[in-house]
Amino acid sequence: MPVLRIPTPLRAYTNGQAEVTVSGANISEALVDLTSQYPTIKPHLFNDDGGLRPFVNLFVGEHNIKDLQGVDTPIKDGEKIMIIPSIAGG
Amino acid sequence: MTLLDFRLTESKFLSLDGLPAHVGNTPLLPLRRLSPGLSPRTQIFAKAEWFNPGGSVKDRPALNIIQTAIRNGDLGNGKRLLDSTSGNMGISYATFGAALGIPVTLALPASASPERISILKALGAELILTDPLEGSDGAILKARELAAERPDLYWYANQYNNQANWQAHYLSTGPEILCQTNEQVTHFIAGLGTSGTLMGTGRYLREQLPNVKVLAFQPDAPFHGLEGLKHMPSAIKPGIYDESFAGDPLPVKTEAAHEMVLRLAREEGLFVGISSGAAAVAALQVASELEEGVVVTVFPDAGYKYLSDKALWEGK
Repeated sequence: MPVLRIPTPLRAYTNGQAEVTVSGANISEALVDLTSQYPTIKPHLFNDDGGLRPFVNLFVGEHNIKDLQGVDTPIKDGEKIMIIPSIAGG
Repeated sequence: MTLLDFRLTESKFLSLDGLPAHVGNTPLLPLRRLSPGLSPRTQIFAKAEWFNPGGSVKDRPALNIIQTAIRNGDLGNGKRLLDSTSGNMGISYATFGAALGIPVTLALPASASPERISILKALGAELILTDPLEGSDGAILKARELAAERPDLYWYANQYNNQANWQAHYLSTGPEILCQTNEQVTHFIAGLGTSGTLMGTGRYLREQLPNVKVLAFQPDAPFHGLEGLKHMPSAIKPGIYDESFAGDPLPVKTEAAHEMVLRLAREEGLFVGISSGAAAVAALQVASELEEGVVVTVFPDAGYKYLSDKALWEGK
């Protein structure tokens, strides 16, 4: 199963977990599973209309999904997907 | 006359000082078209900090930190300046480091924009890229670790705890705003990163104008897209930040700042970065509640370093 790597600002919503194993064949399905496991993370990642918030960057390997197929980007079993936070002050 | 006869120091027309002499004294620009609903007796102004030689507000603290360290004998002795950065402070350190012959080592998250990494490399800084999942706090911890391991090699500038950071704004940004508004500034609002801009400028303005309101803003949540700004409750708190100084920071949502960046570009001709968009959102919120007043904020940098950010310019 794919693994989502969680940045520190979002670990408050995953019971401190840095990695969450999810089911799904693409990014969209993986995120749906993440939010079903940890519902309080949902408003941080998704808009009210259900779309991924534009500033959220997900990387499959070296590649931002924005440069691939967006949330339809396929993912493989065991693949690690990073949710990258913005870089704070200074 | 040959070129060798040309005596530079006697020129009456050219400023021949080095880069440090050109830090500060940035324009204070009025925001006119963005705020049609405001009271006619309320104005908003922004300090255009991209006019600094290194391209951002960070020139002020970086230069003061370096000059103070040289005076104290901490730099200029062969040691490398070491610090963590989200980008702009590093660019300022690297700029003045190159100009003054001081080698610079920077810890920054590997997720820093390609523009920032390219600029830092061009300026000759040594980069230590840290885990992107740990964000800025991961870079801070890495810099602390390196400083503890090799005190013989590094002088740790520690911008989050260095008093010369906020003092730079006390000595320059504050006096400039007082002068440029003809002492009529009523509200000053700044975003929180290291908090140096808020603490230094705010302290100076309060001393000079006891009735001035000093306010802060920050991202509305721990996970945000306001690069350069800190959500203080969920981050390592800077030692120079006094939480009681400006009360509860106004929360700014990432999407609101992104939308404002586009409005600033298209309605005011101001091509600025994300934190400037956030500053405009916060300043407009403050100004909208006033019958009269002069609201001043700081636009930390221009938009060039964010061009690769598709969320910002294309909304995706």
